[in-house]
Amino acid sequence: MSRIGVAFDKARADGRALLVGCMPAGFPTVEGSIAAMTAMVEAGVDVIEVEIPYSDPVMDGPVIQRASDIALAGGVRTADALRIIEAVAATGAPVVTMTYWNPIERYGVDAFARDLAAAGGTGLITPDLIPDEADEWLAASDAYGLDRTFLVAPSSTDARLAMTVEHCRGFVYATAIMGVTGARAQTSEAAPVLVSRVRAVTDLPVGVGLGVGTGAQAGTVAGYADGVIVGSALVRCLLDVPDLDTGLAALRALSAELAEGVRNPAR
Amino acid sequence: MSADALAAETAFPDAAGHFGRFGGRFVPEALVAALDELDAAHRAAMADESFRAEFAALLRDYAGTPSLLYAARRFSAKAGARVLLKREDLNHTGAHKVRNVLGQALLTRRMGKTRVIAETGAGQHGVATATAAALFDLECVVYMGQVDTERQALNVARMRMLGATVVPVTTGSRTLKDAMNEAMRDWVANVDNTHYLIGTAAGPHPFPALVRDFVRGIGDEARQQCLDLTGALPDAVTACVGGGSNALGIFHAFVGDPQVRLYGFEAGGDGVETGRHAASITGGSAGVLHGTRTYVLQDADGQTCESHSISAGLDYPGVGPEHAWLHDTGRATYAPVTDDEAMAAFELLCRTEGIIPAIESAHALAGTLKIAPKLAADLGREPTIVVNLSGRGDKDVHTAGNYFGVLDKE
Repeated sequence: MSRIGVAFDKARADGRALLVGCMPAGFPTVEGSIAAMTAMVEAGVDVIEVEIPYSDPVMDGPVIQRASDIALAGGVRTADALRIIEAVAATGAPVVTMTYWNPIERYGVDAFARDLAAAGGTGLITPDLIPDEADEWLAASDAYGLDRTFLVAPSSTDARLAMTVEHCRGFVYATAIMGVTGARAQTSEAAPVLVSRVRAVTDLPVGVGLGVGTGAQAGTVAGYADGVIVGSALVRCLLDVPDLDTGLAALRALSAELAEGVRNPAR
Repeated sequence: MSADALAAETAFPDAAGHFGRFGGRFVPEALVAALDELDAAHRAAMADESFRAEFAALLRDYAGTPSLLYAARRFSAKAGARVLLKREDLNHTGAHKVRNVLGQALLTRRMGKTRVIAETGAGQHGVATATAAALFDLECVVYMGQVDTERQALNVARMRMLGATVVPVTTGSRTLKDAMNEAMRDWVANVDNTHYLIGTAAGPHPFPALVRDFVRGIGDEARQQCLDLTGALPDAVTACVGGGSNALGIFHAFVGDPQVRLYGFEAGGDGVETGRHAASITGGSAGVLHGTRTYVLQDADGQTCESHSISAGLDYPGVGPEHAWLHDTGRATYAPVTDDEAMAAFELLCRTEGIIPAIESAHALAGTLKIAPKLAADLGREPTIVVNLSGRGDKDVHTAGNYFGVLDKE
């Protein structure tokens, strides 16, 4: 079983959901992003999702776009992202990577899988790679023992949902809403329906992302999902702050609130 | 049309939208259902006589096609070739783009959707989309990079007069590629009632094939007009290539005629060697951008590079996947044309024919001037070259006026 699978099992045994926190590599700087992700782990985030910034992130809303732009303007490169993954993995928390497909294709799919595994990454979430186009990634992830998380959406047909889940390893990412990343006032009504559709075809854990920003929302999602994935709300803690320490304090506070939320699932 | 004939006609791309190693779908799963719906609607529409008849009537009665094939005698004398201009500049809205937007607006209505969104660079596709939306009574939202809304204030006003909402995009480089990202984000969120009316033969399957099918009339007409006018097929067909819809539109009818050479001219900007250009095929590398695998301007980490061209319509860091495939197979030849070369050809057409071309189309004219002597030498006679004059230059008067220094000081 994958390391992520072990973490999900442990959380399930404890009667809670796993908290996955996302942060772009190199935001606000390479060192700053390592400090941020370390702070998230210390404050109770179970799994760190390191997003490798991309110039054209079509699944991301304004907060992560801005953070990605800042990271890229600061000169972060794929090799830096791998170093960040290695540093965060050294904290002992499982580290999953997320990025759009072109940076990986450019790096070389096999080389990226090799280097991601060597850095201690557990696997990859691919927001714009569907299994239909993923032959090279399927082979490379098998070769280096990496997890594969493809996305399912409320609009996925039953046939596509089953096909997509069949190609996943580690966990399945359910996009709670039809839209881009970004915290929303209310979590989605479509999400529980989608999660139950996934459960009908697999025993893999299901993480729900897009829209979660508070401890209460995390508790709601924890009521029906195995993992609660939070991105924009955490990233926003580090945007428009006077200095990194102020941002890290806000980041720790929100991480702790979310960690509390996933331990109090709404039933 | 029979199923077999349809299958033969659309042999490329394959069922999943691949042109050789290019094309396909690199999109969020949330969009796959909408792309499948669009693919099915496109196939059904193209096989439906009544749809084809309605599209043909609109092109004839509203857009003003078939456009003329005009023998440009004075320009020909300068070129050393018999140059026939496919006058897409005379279409309603001033370019070939009206064909694409009318086809996609018909398809939008057929799918029961009530809202269209579009991306635009200089504003030409935005104006064309707003035009079709007005005609079909569809809600219309156009995404345009903030930098471009400032450079192209007149086109913003035109879109608003036609009833469209123009949304300035302030992320990334604030230009066409970012407007495309924003349109994709809108589409993911509103796919139930919204069609993304993409402006060129790029993007995820089925867009490249669908756009090609709506603009292929350019080549179908030109091929017959050339036969009628000269009694033979042309020796070469030339077009400018940004995203590549006008070039595919005129190439497609000739792909099966091996004796007809196909040339696509990309925007070379300051020169490909300077790095300031928009020549994705001649100066880029294979990658994934905006949902498709194609040639892309990218850095060593796969981040998209900004493109540069005097022509806003060619200023895009990618190209339609069918062009990438025509390049790889050698069926078409692609070469860059610099800003200065394009502007020299622009001036030559103005002065010899009394036609002000779009700066985009001036790249095709400049490329034609470059290949004509070689073609004449190869053939041992005067070659016949069909040039796609894809648009008119009204929109470029300010840019060209500055370039030539013919604007009076205020």
